[in-house]
Amino acid sequence: MSNTKSLLTIKDLHASVEEKQIIKGLDLNIKPGEVHAIMGPNGAGKSTLGYVLSGRDGYTVDSGSVTLDGEDLLEMETEDRARAGLFLAFQYPVEIPGVSNLEFLKASVDAQRQARGEDAITSADFLKEAKAACKQVNLPVAFLKRGVNEGFSGGEKKRNELMQMLLLKPKLCILDETDSGLDIDALQVVAEGVNSQRSADRSFIVVTHYQRLLDYIKPDFVHVLSDGKIVKSGDASLALELEAQGYAWLQKEPAEDELEG
Amino acid sequence: MTEQIDKALAREYEAGFVSDVESETFEPGLDENVIRRISEMKGEPEWMLEWRLSAFREWLEMEEPEWALVDYPKIDFQSISYYSAPKSMKDKPKSLDEVDPELLRTYEKLGIPLIEQQMLAGIAVDAVFDSVSVVTTFREKLEEAGVIFCPISEALHKYPDLVKKYIGSVVPKKDNYYAALNCAVFTDGSFVYIPKGTRCPMELSTYFRINEQNTGQFERTLIIADEGSHVSYLEGCTAPQRDENQLHAAVVELVAMDNAEIKYSTVQNWYPGDENGKGGIYNFVTKRGICHTNAKISWTQVETGSSVTWKYPSCILKGDNSVGEFYSVALTRGRQQADTGTKMIHIGKNTKSTIISKGISAGRSNNSYRGLVRMNPGAEGARNFTQCDSLLIGDQCGAHTFPYVESRNPSAIIEHEATTSKVSDEQMFLCRQRGLDPEKAVSMIVNGFCKEVFKELPMEFAVEAGKLLEISLEGSVG
Ligand SMILES: Nc1ncnc2c1ncn2[C@@H]1O[C@H](COP(=O)(O)OP(=O)(O)O)[C@@H](O)[C@H]1O
Ligand SMILES: [Mg+2]
Repeated sequence: MSNTKSLLTIKDLHASVEEKQIIKGLDLNIKPGEVHAIMGPNGAGKSTLGYVLSGRDGYTVDSGSVTLDGEDLLEMETEDRARAGLFLAFQYPVEIPGVSNLEFLKASVDAQRQARGEDAITSADFLKEAKAACKQVNLPVAFLKRGVNEGFSGGEKKRNELMQMLLLKPKLCILDETDSGLDIDALQVVAEGVNSQRSADRSFIVVTHYQRLLDYIKPDFVHVLSDGKIVKSGDASLALELEAQGYAWLQKEPAEDELEG
Repeated sequence: MTEQIDKALAREYEAGFVSDVESETFEPGLDENVIRRISEMKGEPEWMLEWRLSAFREWLEMEEPEWALVDYPKIDFQSISYYSAPKSMKDKPKSLDEVDPELLRTYEKLGIPLIEQQMLAGIAVDAVFDSVSVVTTFREKLEEAGVIFCPISEALHKYPDLVKKYIGSVVPKKDNYYAALNCAVFTDGSFVYIPKGTRCPMELSTYFRINEQNTGQFERTLIIADEGSHVSYLEGCTAPQRDENQLHAAVVELVAMDNAEIKYSTVQNWYPGDENGKGGIYNFVTKRGICHTNAKISWTQVETGSSVTWKYPSCILKGDNSVGEFYSVALTRGRQQADTGTKMIHIGKNTKSTIISKGISAGRSNNSYRGLVRMNPGAEGARNFTQCDSLLIGDQCGAHTFPYVESRNPSAIIEHEATTSKVSDEQMFLCRQRGLDPEKAVSMIVNGFCKEVFKELPMEFAVEAGKLLEISLEGSVG
């Protein structure tokens, strides 16, 4: 263990949605620059974890603590968490009709810079950056003018999430199944986007079902989330094991049929 | 979230100040004598007085309409004053230097400087304060192009034939209860005439301000675009914040001759009343235009103010190939009630109309779209497209759509689309996750919803309208 300070520290987190406990005692420690993959069966609570960390209304923390850069994350408003550098790429990005991607991104960047006491970026400079980001995620520049996710295909929505990440330059990126539903080319675009952003002061939580993404994004750690808890952690090789064997062997009371084969 | 957004909607009304000007105001009350006095103050020709009196007699026989989805106590027409004008206006100032500085300051505070050097280039303004027009700017420049832009009271003296020919030609005296009342007691408003083949060199605009207490404002606007001419006209309005309701009953008539085009835009920001529905303007307005052959009339409105709005800017598509358009954003919050929409009457062949209505309801408000599309037997090949979208903010407000379709020509095509959506938790979460505060998030989502209408507004107004929505949605959504 190096003595670098931790970026994100989750201790014994319990959280629920609509009175139903979903996260049931979760611990996780992420240092700057690390990439953590979280895998696990459907309904394990992976998306819920992302929502709880980013402060979505309706997701209640029952106990435990979370700090980001030593600050109590759970005390902060949703937008303040974003401004502190937390970014969530959504599993199912929502549309905002009539609000152009560019307008939305500029407003987001402006709000974050302002909160951090930085100078506003000029429209011209921003446009340049935005165009470059489009190129990087392989979206035509015309997408900047279209409504946020309005009529985008599944893959375009995912790439659009990634573009937002490139422009917002967060400290902690949570990618919630950004690879789902992507063909191999798009998958590579996502992986390259992430790899290009890897740096000593940026960490990732990559939620995925598939080993194939992890062929491109080499994680430092792999965790298995099952029934609201991390049931196993390991290095990149754990993902390969999961690929071969599925999750069933990790679950406490595996269902009969899942044990076969 | 509902509660938080409601809080955000409780905001200051920036135009709510009262100007300290000495006014000459009639005693409250309405009878033939009051009408005679109004006519006399304005030095009107005899026919005008007779016209007013006959309208008044019609009005006495009429019933206040109750079909709209609005609820307000019966208006006591005897408790309203029907004329109020700043004393300083009595001697009809010849130039800006002679205008009471307090009046000029009022408009400046409202963002409408009347001193030519400070004015927005390219917009001529007629400033109406209570019952009189204070200033009309850029008149010489317009005269060079042959364009007439003056208070209607002045037009009655200078161009009586034009006024006589067209007043009441689009909205008949007894068209409806409030229109009849307006005919009887209207005090001022704007008159526009664009000569044949002329493209009006600037945007024309009238800014209405109600200042005096217990006074009604009854303005009358008449715009005539002669053959092949073109004009874009803007209308804005505000009033002080007062506890009593005030009545505003205007009539606007547009005449687009063959091949002419009139674009009429409104940003309506009358005082909407407080949180609990106390005070605010009753906005009962009749707006209608007639299109002759190949002519086009386009109404664009952004309605954010008034406690009760009752308003249906309409087009009579009389000439073949004429075009009518209606683009509307109506935002209601608090206890505001709006019943607004349009009527498209297709008479000529191949006439076309487009209706885009965006209703946004928040708080405990009620927002209704009411629209009529009529295809007359002669309207061969006529087409209408209607799109009505409602956006709900919170769950205590109401949105309603009342489309009426009357087609008496089988070749006519009528399309209607309607949607209702909410500012969703997911959209709010996405915005906040990207670092936007909740107020900014709401106003951005609402602005996006209105985009199709805003793009129809002249540039300066589009910015203004966007800002107005932003202010309307300002607060602390937490
Ligand atoms: N809004 C909600 N209301 C009720 N239950 C929910 C809600 N959101 C998620 N859940 C439940 O929480 C559990 C975890 O869901 P989720 O975090 O989406 O899992 P994953 O992303 O790992 O597939 C599931 O059982 C799901 O049904
Ligand atoms: Mg999920």
